[in-house]
Amino acid sequence: MARITLDGIAHAYGGKPQSEQDYALKPLHHVWEQGMAYALLGPSGCGKTTLLNIISGLVIPSEGRLLFDDKDVTHLPTKERNIAQVFQFPVIYDTMTVAENLAFPLKNRRLPRAAIERRVAEIAAMLDLKGVLDRRARGLTADAKQKISLGRGLVRSDVSAVLFDEPLTVIDPALKWELRSKLKAVHRALDLLMIYVTHDQIEALTFADQVVVMNEGKAVQIGTPDDLFERPEHTFVGYFIGSPGMNLMAGKVSGSRALVDGAELQLGAVYPEPPKGQRVQIGVRPDYTELSSTAGVPVQVRRVADLGRKRLAYVTLGGQQIVATIPPEMSSIGDQAKVVFDPAHTHVYVDDIRVTGAAA
Amino acid sequence: MRQGALPKIILAAYLVVLMLPIYWLINLSLRTNSDIMSGMALWPHNPTLEKYFQIFKDPTWVHGFGVSLTYVAINTVISVTVALPAAYAFNRYAFIGDRHLFFWLLTNLMAPTAVFAMPFFNLYYALGLFDTVWAVALAHCLFNIPLAVWILEGFVGGVPREIDETAAIDGYSFPRFFIRIFLPLIANGIGVTAFFCFMFSWVEQLLATTLTATNALPFAAVMTRSYSVSGMDWSLLAAAGVLTMVPGAVVIWFVRNHIAKGFALGRV
Amino acid sequence: MTGRPINNRAWLFVLPVLAFVLFSSIIPVMTVVNYSIQDTMGVNNFFWNGDAWFRDLLNPTTAIGERFNDALFRTLAFSLVCLLIEVPLGIAIALCIPRRGWLVGLTLVVMALPMLIPWNVVGTIWQIFTRADIGLFGAALTGLGLHYNVTQDSISAWITIVVIDVWHWTPLVILLSYAGLRAIPDAFYQAAQIDGASRWAIFFNIELPKLQKVLVIAVLLRFMQTFMIYTEPFVVTGGGPGSATTFLSIDLVKIALGQVDLGNAAAMSLVYYLITLTVCWVFFTIMTQLERRRDA
Repeated sequence: MARITLDGIAHAYGGKPQSEQDYALKPLHHVWEQGMAYALLGPSGCGKTTLLNIISGLVIPSEGRLLFDDKDVTHLPTKERNIAQVFQFPVIYDTMTVAENLAFPLKNRRLPRAAIERRVAEIAAMLDLKGVLDRRARGLTADAKQKISLGRGLVRSDVSAVLFDEPLTVIDPALKWELRSKLKAVHRALDLLMIYVTHDQIEALTFADQVVVMNEGKAVQIGTPDDLFERPEHTFVGYFIGSPGMNLMAGKVSGSRALVDGAELQLGAVYPEPPKGQRVQIGVRPDYTELSSTAGVPVQVRRVADLGRKRLAYVTLGGQQIVATIPPEMSSIGDQAKVVFDPAHTHVYVDDIRVTGAAA
Repeated sequence: MRQGALPKIILAAYLVVLMLPIYWLINLSLRTNSDIMSGMALWPHNPTLEKYFQIFKDPTWVHGFGVSLTYVAINTVISVTVALPAAYAFNRYAFIGDRHLFFWLLTNLMAPTAVFAMPFFNLYYALGLFDTVWAVALAHCLFNIPLAVWILEGFVGGVPREIDETAAIDGYSFPRFFIRIFLPLIANGIGVTAFFCFMFSWVEQLLATTLTATNALPFAAVMTRSYSVSGMDWSLLAAAGVLTMVPGAVVIWFVRNHIAKGFALGRV
Repeated sequence: MTGRPINNRAWLFVLPVLAFVLFSSIIPVMTVVNYSIQDTMGVNNFFWNGDAWFRDLLNPTTAIGERFNDALFRTLAFSLVCLLIEVPLGIAIALCIPRRGWLVGLTLVVMALPMLIPWNVVGTIWQIFTRADIGLFGAALTGLGLHYNVTQDSISAWITIVVIDVWHWTPLVILLSYAGLRAIPDAFYQAAQIDGASRWAIFFNIELPKLQKVLVIAVLLRFMQTFMIYTEPFVVTGGGPGSATTFLSIDLVKIALGQVDLGNAAAMSLVYYLITLTVCWVFFTIMTQLERRRDA
C-alpha cells in the first residue's frame, strides 16, 4: 500500500448529526503517503482518537470514504486491513512468553513454523527484545511491554501502516526518549507509514515529518513542524504549538501597519482592509518578540521568568498581556521597558484564520 | 465483542427457562385448588386473587411477614453499623493479628449453619431470646457481619488516603470526619452492603425456623406449616410463595442502577 | 494491605465486630466442643468421653461412622456435579451478555431474582414444579414417557436437586463472571481483532486468564454453599427416598435436633466445620498467591 486517502471522512457518534456540534470528527480530506511519519496533535476530545480508529477499522465513519491506495476499505473489517495499532497501555497476552506474543498474529494467519520463528527473531532483534524472548510477557516493565505490542504489529510483513494512540502515556519519563528514538529507527528501517496520536507537542514535533493539528473535530492545520511554528494558519495552532504559545493581540490593520492599543506595529506585508465586524488579531511568537531598552513599543513589565536557556518577560502592552524574550545582553529590567516585534514573523488573523498579505 | 444474534438468542432462552418455575408459581397462585387439581393449564383461564386476599386477611400470615421484614431490617442495621468502623480499621491500619482476624471473619461467612443450629438453639433459649425477632437477627450476624466487613473494606479502599489526611490537617475530629466526610464517599458501598445483608438474611431459613416457634415465626415458615387437613392447599402455598419474592424484587429494582454501575467500574 | 501505619488503637474499631462474632461464633463452637468430648446420662449429668465420639465417627465400620461417611461422600459428589455444571454454564451465559445497552440492566435484575427467594420457597416452587399432576416439569417429563418420580426414585431425586441448585445459583456465577469480563478494557478486544484472533483464541488468551481471580471466588462460594446445602433438598425430598439425598447438613440436623444425640452431633459438627475451614484456608492461600503473582 502506498497511501491512505481520507475522502470526506466525518463521524458523528449516534448517526444523525443535526448540526456542526454533533460531529466528533468534521469532514476531512487528506492523503497519507507511505513511508512518512505523521502526528495527530490536539487537546483531549479533539477527535484524533476517533480518526485513528476510523483508519484502523474499529469505528466505521458515518460519512465519507476511506481508501487504501485505490481500494475502498471504509467497511472492511479490521482483520483484513494491513495495519497495526499500539494502544495507550501495553496490550499483551499474559499467559504467553514474549516470543509467543510476537508469533501470535502469524499463527492466526497460519504461517509455517519456520517462517514464524525467523520473523519473530528479526523483529525481536530490531526492538532489542532478543534477551527476553523466552520470558513470560507478564513480568516485564511497561516500556518492554509496549515494545512487545509494537512488535506484534510489525511482525506481519504485509503491515504497511502503524497507528499509535498515545503510546508513551504509561512509560517512565526517563525511558520515553529511548522509546521515541527506537520508534524513529524502526520507521526509517521499515519504511512504514506511521500515524502517531498525542496531546504532547514535543512528541509530535520531534517524531513527525508532518503534523495534523486538530481541535474540536476539525483538522486545523497540516504541515511540517517548521510550518506550524513559523506560519500558524489558525490562532489555535499559534496558541497550542510553542511554549509559551503565540502572543495574540486585538487590533486594527491598515495597509502595512497595525494598531494595537495605540501602539503602531510594522507588518511584513500589505494587508487589505478586513471586512467590518470581523475579529482582527495580530500574532507574534514570543521568540520574535524581544525586550529592548532602546527602541520599540512601551510596555509594563509584570514579571520575569528565568528558564535557564532563555528568559521570558511577562509584560502588558496597553490593556493586553503578552510574553517577550529577553536578549542575553540585557541584564537589569525595570518596571518599564520596550518591545520590538519582528515584522517578518508578525501575522494577521481575521476570525482566527491567517490572512496572507501582498509583498510590500 | 459479542457479535451476532446467537449470543442474544442463548441469553433470551436462558432467561425464559430461568423464569419458568417462577411463572408457574404465579400461574398456580391465580387459580383455585379445584381448578389446579382438575388439570394442567399453561395460564390461568379464570384468574382469581382470592388466595392473596386470604393471606392478607389472616393475622398469622401478616404477622409472619412483619416478623420476617423486622428481623431482616434489624440484622441489616446491626451488621452495617458494626462493620463500618471495622472495615475502616482493616483497610487503613495495621495492627497485631489483623490478617488472622480478617481470615477468621471470612471463615464465619462460610460457616455451615447446620453446625450452629443446635448451639444457637441452646444459647438463645438460655438467654430468654428464643422465639423473638432478636434471636434471628443476632443469629444471622454470624455470616452477615463478616460479609459486610468484606464488602465495605473494598469500598473503603477505594477512597484515597489523602482525604483522611487532609481532613486531619483541616482540624476535623475523627468522629466528625468519619460521619460528615467519609461516609458520604462510600454511600454506594453502604448501599451495596445493605443490599447483600438484606438478601442473605431474607433467604436464610434453617436458623430462622430453628430459633422460632410461634411468636416470631417467619413468613416462609408459616408457609410450611400451613398444610390443611384435607391435603395441600397448593394455590395458597403458591400465593404465599409469590409474596415472599416481592421484597426481593422491590429491593433489586431500586438498586438496579447501582448494580449496573458497579459492574461498569469493575468492582467485584 | 501494605503501607499502612501501625496503630493498635484500631482494635477499638474492631471491638464491636469482635464482640458479635465472639458471641455468635466462638461461644457456640465452645459449646459444641464441650458436647463432643463428653457424654450424658441424663439432664446435667456429664462425664468425660475423650475422643470416643470422634473415633466412632471417623471409623466407617461403626453405624455412625458409616452414616457419616455416606453423607460426606454424597455431599462431595453433589458439590462436584454442581460445580462442573454451574461454572462452565455461568461463564458461557456471561459471555452472551452485551457490554453496553439497556439489556444489561434488565438481564442482571432478572438473573438476580432466583437468589432473592427464601430457600424454603425455592424448595416449594420445585416441589410443585416437579409433580406430575400439577407441575409443568413433572408433567412434561412423564408425558415424554420418562420414569420420573422425585419421592420414590433416587435418580430422579438426585437429578432434581442438582437441577434446583443449578437453577438457583448459576446466576451467581454469571454475575461474578460478567463483572470480571466487564473489567477487561476494550483495547484488548481491539488488539485481538487486529491480531486476527479467533473467538476461541480471544477466550483462552484474554478472557479466561483475566477471569482467574473471579473464578476462584465463584468456585469457593459455590463449593461452600453446595457443601452446606440444607433447606432446598429438605423441602423437596426430605432427604429421601431413603437416604439418597441426605446430605451432611440434613443428617447433622436430624441427629442434633431430631434425635438429640448430642455427642455424635457435636463430633460431626466439628469435623464438618473443620473441613469447611480447611477448604477456606486453601482458597485463601490460592487467592493471595494469585494476587502476588499479578503484582509481580
